[in-house]
Amino acid sequence: MTSSNPIISIQSVGKSYGSFRAIKEISLDIEHGEFFSLLGASGCGKTTLLRMLAGFEDVTDGAVLIDGEDMTGVPPFLRPVNMVFQSYAIFPHLNVTDNIGYGLRKQKLPKAQRQEMIDEMLSLVQLDGYGARRANQLSGGQRQRIALARALIMKPKVLLLDEPLGALDKHLREQMQLELRRLQQALGITFVFVTHDQEEALTLSDRIAVMSGGAVLQVDTPAGLYEHPRTREVASFIGHMNFLEARVTGRKNGHATLDVAGLGTLDVPANGAALSTGDRTSIAVRPEKLRLHHSAPENGQRAVQGALKMTTYLGERSHFHVEVPGCDRPLAVSASNATLQDGRANAIGQPVWLTWAADSLIMMNDT
Amino acid sequence: MTAAPARHIRARGGLHGALHRSKAFRGYALLSPALVVLFVGVVVPFLILLMMSFWTRQGFDFDTTMTTLNYARAVDEPIFGTFLLRSFWVSGIATVATVLLCYPMAYYVAFHVHRNKMLWIILITLPFWTSYLLRVFAWRVILGYEGVINASLLSMGFIEKPLAFLLYSQTAVIITLAHAWAAFAILPLYVSLEKIDRSLLEAAADLGDGPVRRFLRVTLPLSLPGVIAATFLIFIPTTGDYITPALLGGPDGAMIGNLIQLQFGAVNNWPMGAALSIILTLWIAAIALVFVFLTRRAERVVA
Ligand SMILES: Nc1ncnc2c1ncn2[C@@H]1O[C@H](COP(=O)(O)OP(=O)(O)OP(=O)(O)O)[C@@H](O)[C@H]1O
Ligand SMILES: [Mg+2]
Repeated sequence: MTSSNPIISIQSVGKSYGSFRAIKEISLDIEHGEFFSLLGASGCGKTTLLRMLAGFEDVTDGAVLIDGEDMTGVPPFLRPVNMVFQSYAIFPHLNVTDNIGYGLRKQKLPKAQRQEMIDEMLSLVQLDGYGARRANQLSGGQRQRIALARALIMKPKVLLLDEPLGALDKHLREQMQLELRRLQQALGITFVFVTHDQEEALTLSDRIAVMSGGAVLQVDTPAGLYEHPRTREVASFIGHMNFLEARVTGRKNGHATLDVAGLGTLDVPANGAALSTGDRTSIAVRPEKLRLHHSAPENGQRAVQGALKMTTYLGERSHFHVEVPGCDRPLAVSASNATLQDGRANAIGQPVWLTWAADSLIMMNDT
Repeated sequence: MTAAPARHIRARGGLHGALHRSKAFRGYALLSPALVVLFVGVVVPFLILLMMSFWTRQGFDFDTTMTTLNYARAVDEPIFGTFLLRSFWVSGIATVATVLLCYPMAYYVAFHVHRNKMLWIILITLPFWTSYLLRVFAWRVILGYEGVINASLLSMGFIEKPLAFLLYSQTAVIITLAHAWAAFAILPLYVSLEKIDRSLLEAAADLGDGPVRRFLRVTLPLSLPGVIAATFLIFIPTTGDYITPALLGGPDGAMIGNLIQLQFGAVNNWPMGAALSIILTLWIAAIALVFVFLTRRAERVVA
């Protein structure tokens, strides 16, 4: 994924507040035109990293390069990036037109051209005719769009967005997600997007960096993160996941032989794990990748027998908990109701069989 | 769902009902102590003053026939105009000086002090816990002919004989007023600066503004309410002040307040004093309106 000239290159960047390490040695490259998300739980350092890109926080160690130039010591007003703030930071003493045109003042454009650019932006964010409104006469969604237009009019190389949709209600948030994606694709600007909402990150991003405790755990495409999480933390952060304890009993070219609690001996792709024989690890499998049968599969497919502990009917899907001997916790199974054999009683305690596709078992790099 | 309408009906009767029915009523009820004080303490005396200003003096008594004679005198005799102008000049300079000196202090505490801000504010306003009169006398000690400044300049050999213009002059009045009213400038300035959302300044930086432009385009306009409040809080009372000019002003430093005091005192012409007071009030109101109008305009131009 790394090319020769990334638009942003974060090189061994660290940040300390006194003795507290808010960011611990992050290195990653962001490509031109990418929609890149920083995803992580509250307090993991997403805002801190974004603010270091914008220049509001200085970097304690390492360096940030934007379009090949070292940004160390470059103040925010000289960086070719713009930011959409979490609180939007709309100037309360200015109307919408002056808010959007704020950054143009320096460029000494003729008034007509300035107005034309502002009008263009207003229609881009679908707020034509709102130019004379004051900031306190706008709804949350409208403020959000003004903040976006105010940053985009600067034609930045990179747009930084700090949880821009966090304050909006669910419906508006989904609408703005589509709009952000549309804008980003239409303008071809690189977006660095901070969110703690994994669904939002999966919907919008080309690539996602999952962060925790000031470090980046994994950088991958949405599908890559969902299908091949490398560690338990990433796997449990995105979607639901079953974990089974396992021990490595053998390795050969990219595959590992594991002794998995409840499932027995299995051969799985090593998923980049640098583990050797004897190491403890775990196996992850998504609830929807497990298949539930009410009788032993006949075609000789590998299966484990368990007992149904709980069923939850959710309309389109059903969720099951299946107790499998040897596993310390029941396995979660999710199935589309369209594929379930109906007419079957899902009585508690009833024996059921679970099967899985070979590639749905993911070996973790940690225990 | 059934409980809510029942409660509503019960609330309709009596005084309780009136309180609930009318928000405005509740507002006035809460305001009423203040309104009573304002009426008795401000409106009534003002009306008495207004009426008296149309009377004339008759020996030791008043002639209560209504006439605009006092106002005609105030316009015709140049001494009144001179004193009025001097008052506006002196307190105008004192106001500007106070706001200019206090703004950086308020700014520093609001933006660069991160802990114990209130302690700083209290420390800054500590001198103002002493009596106004005491502070005026303190300045006499500092500015006097053999005062702190003259004595130290003399002993260091910078001057041959004491600087006479320091005391009993307009300068002395301006310096003393500026210091005496500083607390009234710092507090509103601090409050308006403290209220400014820091992310607005970051947004301005993000959009290409350096520190100076940021100050002119965001901080200053957003702190204008504080500047206006500070200006009024100082300008209005200082124009009518008579203690400071009486104690430190000398012949050049006397202000309209001293003249008004004379009318009510030694000259014993209360109607004239009342007319001068009314004129002063009207002028201050006019200046205040123009000032508000100009700052609004300036705000729009700067932005
Ligand atoms: N100025 C500061 N001084 C000390 N610690 C700070 C400072 N700013 C942030 N931190 C700490 O750094 C860590 C990361 O903060 P950051 O704001 O980057 O989190 P975040 O991932 O954006 O969280 P959220 O999703 O809640 O916004 C937190 O533990 C926070 O307490
Ligand atoms: Mg944050």
